Amino acid sequence: MSVAQQTVKKFLNDPEDIVTESLAGLGAAHPDLVRIDFENQLVLRKDAPVQGKVALVSGGGSGHEPLHGGFVGLGMLDAAAPGAVFTSPVPDQMLAATKAVDGGAGVIHIVKNYTGDVMNFKLAAEEAADEGIEVESVLTNDDVAVEDSLYTAGRRGTGATVLLEKIAGAKAEAGGSLAEVAAVARKVNDQARSFGVALTSCATPAAGTPTFDLGPDEMEFGVGIHGEPGRRREKVRSAAEIVAEMSEVILGDLNPAGGSNVLAFVNGLGGTPLIELYLIYNELTKHLEDRGLTATRSLVGDYITSLEMAGVSITILVLDDELTELWDAPVHTPALRWKA
Amino acid sequence: MSFNGEAKVNTGTVHRWFVEAASNFHEQRDYLTQLDAAIGDADHGTNMDRGFTALLEKLDGFDGPPGKLLTTAGSTLVSTVGGASGPLWGTALRRAGRSLGSGDEFDGAQLATALEAALDGVVELGAAQEGDKTMVDALGPAVRVFRESIDDGTPVPAALAAAREAAEQGMKATVPLQAQKGRASYLGERSIGHQDPGATSTVLILAALERSVASER
Repeated sequence: MSVAQQTVKKFLNDPEDIVTESLAGLGAAHPDLVRIDFENQLVLRKDAPVQGKVALVSGGGSGHEPLHGGFVGLGMLDAAAPGAVFTSPVPDQMLAATKAVDGGAGVIHIVKNYTGDVMNFKLAAEEAADEGIEVESVLTNDDVAVEDSLYTAGRRGTGATVLLEKIAGAKAEAGGSLAEVAAVARKVNDQARSFGVALTSCATPAAGTPTFDLGPDEMEFGVGIHGEPGRRREKVRSAAEIVAEMSEVILGDLNPAGGSNVLAFVNGLGGTPLIELYLIYNELTKHLEDRGLTATRSLVGDYITSLEMAGVSITILVLDDELTELWDAPVHTPALRWKA
Repeated sequence: MSFNGEAKVNTGTVHRWFVEAASNFHEQRDYLTQLDAAIGDADHGTNMDRGFTALLEKLDGFDGPPGKLLTTAGSTLVSTVGGASGPLWGTALRRAGRSLGSGDEFDGAQLATALEAALDGVVELGAAQEGDKTMVDALGPAVRVFRESIDDGTPVPAALAAAREAAEQGMKATVPLQAQKGRASYLGERSIGHQDPGATSTVLILAALERSVASER
């Protein structure tokens, strides 16, 4: 896999400033919802800390917008700690976020399973504990493209992270205890599986060139959200064939009981238009019906992206009454809003 | 200061080490990022360059024993690099610094113990073993060879040269390996045929240490 040499055009001033300038824009666009702590590079809920409420902190490399900063607000996250593009934030950021949002009921760290994120959050959680703040870490690892074995870093955290942040955020807003919020968060992760496919590479602002070469007729099957290659590279097929195999991999691993209700999440990776995402959703419903599953809730759009990558990920979450109720609860963040 | 026989290393040596390392990372930044693009996420060179640049700023005018300098440097890397490399190298330097304690200078045997502490910290946090296609493939053999050389009575500069060579061999040996840890592990067999960026950085850091000591002779 060689690095392609062509330059990818981007709206930039200095590539080094992309995260700061983007955060400034987020804060300016949504002053009623969030405030930006530039010193620690954090997005904080406007009214944080909310006294007596369990606080939710997430973080990770930038380049996945709206994840995580766009999900800060009522009914979702209390703070997001964005790192450099595709690079985990540092423990100082997570510690500062934890201290800024702790309302006395404890703090949940939502960590996507990547080596860097896990290590940096671990160091931050240890320091927070030293300062007397109770922290529960919840790991997301829903990506079935990665074989979960002793011989890998384990499954990656992808689409389920969005659903988890919404549902756990609702549980916290409803007054759930630290243990209760952590339990429902882990339930979401346990009952969700994801799989992604890329049609083009992304290009980090610092590199300026595509992270990997993908021929005009090729796709990366099982791609990750950082442009890291997936299971295999193959010729592009029809959407029906691609979605059929994605569904098979996801549902084969999740193995939901017939008759289950599910949340079907079709997520754009940044460079795929909504018209194609809905086409994919249409294909997906056929496979859900074939297995006797009903998509009682849905989410379609760009929620966890990989810069300008053209591609899609599908996440299926098995719902029960509790998860459905929490999904439906009011939310008001820059990127997700209903009933509030 | 001389390394004839009872060689000693002090704060100046450690400071020069980081100046050399920062210069290596600045020069090799694009190369490391390219290695990382092949099997990772194309940010390793950028991250290490950012971390060591910040480290030099932080250490400007530092006054204290070498152990303290190392722990300060480690904390700076944890706070500025991000990714997996920040916690790993930060932990390595903090452990090495703690191992050296508060003495103003140390000899080859103490340096060997400090390097062993650094390696232990990396293995503990990263849960990687030699053969997993990580920085441990370079650091492990280097630390071992350094200890053996010191025990055999080899002067520190020559022992560091031997350690750096062992690291280079370990780095090259990562090419045919299938990654078992870190982001490259997602590739499975497709990680074979690429040199590990973390092992490559390890060689740059050890080469910097070698030069910082050699320049004192």
